[in-house]
Amino acid sequence: MALLSCRNLSMAYEGHTVISGLSFSVEKGDYLCIVGENGSGKSTLVKSLLGLKKPAAGEIVFGNGLSANGIGYLPQQTDIQKDFPASVREVVLSGCLNKLRGRFFFSKKEKARAEETMSLLGIADIRRDCYRNLSGGQQQRVLLARALCATESLLLLDEPVSGLDPLVTKEMYGMIQRINKSGITVIMVSHDIPSAVEYANRILHLHGQSFFFGRTEEYIKSDLGSRFLSAERKERKNG
Amino acid sequence: MAEFFVSLRDSVFGMFSYGFMVRALVGGLLISLCSALLGVSLVLKRYSMIGDGLSHVSFGAMAVAMAAGLAPLQFAIPIVVLAAFLLLRLNENSRVRGDSAVALVSTSALAIGVAAISSSTGVNTDVYSYMFGSLLGMSKSDVLLCVVFSAIILVMFVLFYNRIFAVTFDENFTRATGTNAGLYDMVIAVLTAVTIVLGMRMMGAMLISSLIIFPVLSALQLCRSYRSVVLVSAALSGVCFFAGIWISYHFDDPYSIPPGAGIVLINLLVFLLFSAVSFVRRHKKSVSGQKAGG
Repeated sequence: MALLSCRNLSMAYEGHTVISGLSFSVEKGDYLCIVGENGSGKSTLVKSLLGLKKPAAGEIVFGNGLSANGIGYLPQQTDIQKDFPASVREVVLSGCLNKLRGRFFFSKKEKARAEETMSLLGIADIRRDCYRNLSGGQQQRVLLARALCATESLLLLDEPVSGLDPLVTKEMYGMIQRINKSGITVIMVSHDIPSAVEYANRILHLHGQSFFFGRTEEYIKSDLGSRFLSAERKERKNG
Repeated sequence: MAEFFVSLRDSVFGMFSYGFMVRALVGGLLISLCSALLGVSLVLKRYSMIGDGLSHVSFGAMAVAMAAGLAPLQFAIPIVVLAAFLLLRLNENSRVRGDSAVALVSTSALAIGVAAISSSTGVNTDVYSYMFGSLLGMSKSDVLLCVVFSAIILVMFVLFYNRIFAVTFDENFTRATGTNAGLYDMVIAVLTAVTIVLGMRMMGAMLISSLIIFPVLSALQLCRSYRSVVLVSAALSGVCFFAGIWISYHFDDPYSIPPGAGIVLINLLVFLLFSAVSFVRRHKKSVSGQKAGG
């Protein structure tokens, strides 16, 4: 059974239908990139997957014991966070929030999990540092660690590399790839189509009322994919 | 020097020999503690102006209650809680932007209050004490209310500490984990409303919101973790309250400084001190960074 499947999904944003008839599924171990222009409905789709917004029609079905609350979500940064006084450890530990259920405080098990995740992402030695004093790349690592604490199976990353310089972007992509190889399914919303094609094995491209969903190889050959990729290449040459 | 400390000690202990002073100290200390804890969330979420708006609504409600001969607290608490709901909703989704909405509501409430006072009693000492606070403001039942509400707020804050942190730091993430973030915002707004009404008698309507904002701002200058911000602002709030009350009590000849003003001035002093330390610290760091780099 698929980890997550959307059937005939329609979504509306402020009364306008942005997507209709969207169907796709994500298998365990997949690396899916969701691409598309601004306003194509990516954020609305993310909200629906997280269970924060009811789709106008259609359904989202989770398999393998996953639920919307068990998704490890990395949202886009907000203004509030940029100068928030929190230690790295406090932020990462807050990822275990969905494990509290009815309890009030974190147990040893959850604290150990936060420590483990910090070591995994190489931020264990800055665990006492203040989040607001970190570089953009370090901040994203911290948020990625928090997302990892929240899930056993599926990461949902909303533009995780926006605002990062090229070197740090590459590092971030490498880290996400390693996490994916270790068995965690990844869904990433991205603007960066060339990198999406490089790392993901599935692409969902939202384009107006139509969409493409399939393997990356198929996407490259598809009408939509070849058009966007060649446009990107031209731009890079000129730039 | 020794004489100074003896007289200071006598003056401080002297405060406790009056029933009304003990009431003011107990009630005020609890209010200070609660407002600092609530203030952490409000300041970090950029909701500080809501606190200010609510204090004006609180004044308006008190004034109307006085003019109509109703019990001020019982009348003001539900009105201010309602206003808190309204301001939060306006902040989230409306055509009027959040900060303008607060200005709109607070000036309207002030106008209603002033109109109610002018058409009934005129500006007398009662009104003056509502605006700037009074040590005599706390009755026995007020203190009891303070104790009950503060106990509720403190217990809730400790129990929900982890969730409050998560909601404050990242509402979207917290919603995604299945936590009802909107509910926490509402609860914080309601508790803030109650704290403001209770604290207004002593601090005064014009100054009560400083109790919410100042200790947190001072703590933010130096602290590097959420937990330390919470603990330091609670401690600062208590200390500044005590010092402010002492000023109001001690310098009462021929005119006394209202306690609200004394507390705000002490808070301002602490804030400036902390900012200076923070500035020096950063300056040192950047100098040593340059040395290391060069």
